[in-house]
Amino acid sequence: MNPVNYLYLAALLFTIGAAGVLVRRNAIVLFMCVELMLNASNLALVTFSRLHGTLDGQVIAFFTMVVAAAEVVVGLAIIVSIFRTRHSASVDDSNLMKL
Amino acid sequence: MNSLIPLLVAAPLAGAALLLLGGRALDRFGHWLATALAALSFGFGLALFSDMLGREAEHRAVTKHLFSWVPVNGFQADVAFRLDQLSMTFVLLITGVGTLIHLYSVGYMAHDERRRRFFAYLNLFLAAMLLLVIADNYLLLYVGWEGVGLASYLLIGFWQHKPSAATAAKKAFVVNRVGDMGLSIAIMLMFAEFGSFAFTPVFDGAHEASEGKLTAIGLMLLLAACGKSAQVPLQSWLGDAMEGPTPVSALIHAATMVTAGVYLITRSSAIFNLAPDARTAVVVVGAVTLLFGAVVGCAKDDIKKALAGSTMSQIGYMVLAAGLGPIGYAFAIMHLVTHGFFKAGLFLGAGSVMHGMNDEVNMRHYGGLWRHMKVTFVTFGLGYLAIIGFPGLSGFFSKDRIIEAAFAKGGTEGWILGLCALVGAAVTAFYMTRVMVLTFFGEKRWQPDESGELPHPHESPRTMTIPMVLLSFGSVFAGGLFAFHDSFLTWLEPVTGHSEGDSPLSSWTVTGLTTACMLAGVGLAYLMYWRSPVPVVPPVGSPLTRAARRDLLQDDINHAVLVRPGSALTATLVWFDSRGLDGFVNGLAATIGGLSGRLRRIQNGFVRSYALSMFGGTLVLVASTLLMRSV
Amino acid sequence: MSALLTATCVVPAAGAVLTAALPAGSTEARRRTTKAVALGVSAVALVLAAVVAARFDPHGARYQLTESYSWIRSFGITFSLGVDGIGAVLALLTAVLVPVVILASWHDADPVAPGPDGAGGADGSEAGTIEGKRRTQGFFALILAVEAMVIVSFYATDVFLFYVFFEAMLIPMYFLIGGFGDRAGGPESARQRSYAAVKFLLYNLLGGLVMLAAVIGLYVLAQDQGVATFDLRTLTDAVADGRLQLSGTADKALFLGFFFAFAVKAPLWPLHTWLPNAMGEATAGTAVLITAVVDKVGTFAMLRFCLGLFPDASRTFAPAILVLSLVGIVYGALLAIGQKDIKRLVAYASISHFGFIIMGIFALTSQGQSGATLYMVNHGISTAAWMLVAGFLISRRGSRLIADYGGVQKVAPVLAGTFLIGGLATLSLPGLAPFVSEFLVLVGTFTRYPAVGIVATFGIVLAALYALLLYQRTMTGPVKEGVRAMPDLKARELAVVAPLVALTVLLGVYPRPLTDLVNPSVDATLSQVHRTDPAPVHPVAASSGGERK
Repeated sequence: MNPVNYLYLAALLFTIGAAGVLVRRNAIVLFMCVELMLNASNLALVTFSRLHGTLDGQVIAFFTMVVAAAEVVVGLAIIVSIFRTRHSASVDDSNLMKL
Repeated sequence: MNSLIPLLVAAPLAGAALLLLGGRALDRFGHWLATALAALSFGFGLALFSDMLGREAEHRAVTKHLFSWVPVNGFQADVAFRLDQLSMTFVLLITGVGTLIHLYSVGYMAHDERRRRFFAYLNLFLAAMLLLVIADNYLLLYVGWEGVGLASYLLIGFWQHKPSAATAAKKAFVVNRVGDMGLSIAIMLMFAEFGSFAFTPVFDGAHEASEGKLTAIGLMLLLAACGKSAQVPLQSWLGDAMEGPTPVSALIHAATMVTAGVYLITRSSAIFNLAPDARTAVVVVGAVTLLFGAVVGCAKDDIKKALAGSTMSQIGYMVLAAGLGPIGYAFAIMHLVTHGFFKAGLFLGAGSVMHGMNDEVNMRHYGGLWRHMKVTFVTFGLGYLAIIGFPGLSGFFSKDRIIEAAFAKGGTEGWILGLCALVGAAVTAFYMTRVMVLTFFGEKRWQPDESGELPHPHESPRTMTIPMVLLSFGSVFAGGLFAFHDSFLTWLEPVTGHSEGDSPLSSWTVTGLTTACMLAGVGLAYLMYWRSPVPVVPPVGSPLTRAARRDLLQDDINHAVLVRPGSALTATLVWFDSRGLDGFVNGLAATIGGLSGRLRRIQNGFVRSYALSMFGGTLVLVASTLLMRSV
Repeated sequence: MSALLTATCVVPAAGAVLTAALPAGSTEARRRTTKAVALGVSAVALVLAAVVAARFDPHGARYQLTESYSWIRSFGITFSLGVDGIGAVLALLTAVLVPVVILASWHDADPVAPGPDGAGGADGSEAGTIEGKRRTQGFFALILAVEAMVIVSFYATDVFLFYVFFEAMLIPMYFLIGGFGDRAGGPESARQRSYAAVKFLLYNLLGGLVMLAAVIGLYVLAQDQGVATFDLRTLTDAVADGRLQLSGTADKALFLGFFFAFAVKAPLWPLHTWLPNAMGEATAGTAVLITAVVDKVGTFAMLRFCLGLFPDASRTFAPAILVLSLVGIVYGALLAIGQKDIKRLVAYASISHFGFIIMGIFALTSQGQSGATLYMVNHGISTAAWMLVAGFLISRRGSRLIADYGGVQKVAPVLAGTFLIGGLATLSLPGLAPFVSEFLVLVGTFTRYPAVGIVATFGIVLAALYALLLYQRTMTGPVKEGVRAMPDLKARELAVVAPLVALTVLLGVYPRPLTDLVNPSVDATLSQVHRTDPAPVHPVAASSGGERK
């Protein structure tokens, strides 16, 4: 199969993820959408790696996975702690990042 | 024998280092150590002198290369010495008079708790001055040049607890620095022109250089000489320098250091010979200063300041003579040497008088002292007769020759210069008679000091009187010795060259005129200060007198022209730096701070709005990349 | 490949870590251990730097004792070290000054006891202060860290490596300035110190960022022409033999990018205003580090990077830079005359001196550049002496204001004497080291630009004014109240000043060891810029005064 199709798929997944981040309010869903975007870029990286015949893209994809895993751990912990204190997982309810 | 040359400098330098680093342990005998080292240096000088006399006139100059000082591509500065007849003359004068003044200071500074340091500075001065006169290149000369400036700074300000002394010291150094600037520019010009600043290449190459360049070099050297020798317009520091202890005034500010300018001009004769315009400037400076100093000397009541005015005036004579070119170089140096003797003697005498009068310096508070300090009176008197040019004494021979040479310059210039010199001679006789009469004759005008006691004038101790006696021998006989068969002229001629000018007046006429002028000056002073009573409080006097008391307004002029605009400029710049430059920077910082305060509002803390802006940004980036590609 | 250079850099770095890790605590014994360790490490570094300078053969290759380790291979970045005469001399200067500074700062980082007037009590309330039990350890560790970074900068032969350490030394300097004051500023001092530290950081960061852009730009352009490296020697060789040809605009832009960073650090008028604040508020030791060590990296880099990499642009901009440095000379001196604060006066005097150094570099003559290099060394030594004695004076009286002093000479003659020597060195008295370098710079400038040389000579008159005015106002005259019981220099303080004074005299009388090291490197630099010295109008065959081997 033409590897370019994988790129289309990656773009589609990325768009879905991005749209999800923008429109949904629930932090958990938001988080899943972010993961979707990360995986979309992973897919694109692996595809490019295949296209160029080098291993660089695949290596970076592994990096991304590791980072994503770490991020999930920290992120979920934050979300849980916010939910505990505020009894809501809606991202519009908290603006703690404002100075 | 040549290896003795560096030792000339090394001996006093070692003394200075020892005394400064040695600490209290040396307090008891440090002054004798310093005196011994000065005498040792004099001994080396004598040995070299006898060695030099043993050679033919044209082989007398010797050089000694010690080490390469600053070797940089195309730039060679060596520590190398040259001892020829001219430097030898100075070496003997400096070490000889220097040793005597060391000896004098042993008595004079006996009660000063910082005596060790005083002698360290005196030794430092000797080392620097010797370096100045035996250096074989201008850069090494410059080291000595500023070295004597440093010693002079330290010694003028020796009594630092007096604000006036500290100010005078700083003033002397700074004014001298203006002159030093001239010397360094002259060296740079030489380097750019000849690729060297050692004496031999510069003097050999001088005739190839353009006259304009040589004139520039000459004028810069003159500026340097003006600073060091207190010539107009850089004369203002010398009067204030009298704040220093009297032996310092005698050694540095009368006999040796202040004559360095004359040395510089004479040493650079090869340049000045080819730059008539520069020589004219030298002559003008000399003539103006000789009158300036004489006028100031007439009005001062402070004995040391009167003598300082006289020093300025006498150096004016020397500079005038040096500016005359080959007609005058040798006479400039001859007067320099005789002046070294009699002026040092006069200052030491003044110091002795002050010593006996509880450090009173105002001549209006002296009077009738001849009865109480006989040795001082006689030696001072001989110095007095020498300086006014009394026939047969030193000053008579040397000054007479200069006046002759001035007339011999020829033409209108010759007449003007000759007349200036004659007037100077008359005024010299006037103010020196005034000093003599006010101090030693007339009625006692002694004033009680702070504790209400009248001074008890007494003769000074032996260590002080012996140098005075020896110097007075010089004042009496040196001139005659030098003039005998033109021995001094013959001695110096290989270095400075000599030519007879064509004087419109016969030499006997000049001598007659000079003597007449001298007698007129003495007579006037006799009428004014001997025949009529001397008021203790100075009368108001004519505008000229009042101006002369303020050193012909030199400080007022400097203040108005330099100091006040300078401090205004400094204040403006300080304001500009903190408000202008820094204000701009701080303003920028404040603007950025304010701006970011506004921008901060965009950060509303809602995750989704951040995400939106990130996507927007990405879109813009991607779009612009594509756009750039397609273009 | 010996690892001598690396060792010289690593010793102080390891010393910094060690010092910081020493057991904390406020007891006198623990503090003394810390100080002793720091002093010992800096002494070892001094020995190593001296060995480097001794093993450098002036007649050998341009860069010697070279070492190279790969670092970021894909960008051609290596950890390469190598010395030329200039770098060797300046690293040695650094290694000499750091132990002196450590010894001089012996008690500057002791825990702050709130003074009777509350001075010093305010420490710790502002950004950048280091408080608490590790204060002493922190101070000396930071000094050693600065030393390590500066030495790397002098030895680096990789542009990127140089950039990293050029920037990194800002961090320890920031903490040194902001965290440790001279306790003479009153309650306002903590705020002013924080301001000074931030100002220092911002100025230098700005310069550094511009340089980073230029470094990247240089790499990109060089890569386009097949010279994908940050290695200085490869780059300069490529520039010299035409393999790397930058277009006129690119050449100029990159030159300005590098030069801007160095001119901020040096500092060149009008980018100087951070220096008086930083030197005024920091401890005397830190002030010496700033002006005598860290700032020298700026002038050094002008010689090595600006001239070597961008010869054409250097020639183009030389006249403009000369004018700026000339303004700096006169401006700095005039402002020094107008200061009321002792340390700020020294800072402005330094600005004037940096004007001379930069002038010497961009006069593009061998006298000027040799002079400038010597000037860096001599200014370091003499200003250190002047500043440190001023620091001793200030610590005794607790005030930086000139007006609070008077007649010190009477009560503390040795202190006054050394202060005078420092001042005389600053005004370039012949016989002391700075004279040699200043005169070389003046001559070197004069032969190419006579007018500039003459105006710069005015600087020596102004220098006499500010140095002697300061001495007169603080040391002479009647003894002021509050100065009356001032003790003279202690043994430790004498040990600080004595080597500096001795070096000042020694290098003034016999600068040959330095010139021999420096001259060949200067020639190499000049030939990179394609400049030869202006010939004298009427050259006199090297006769009597000439060199005799």
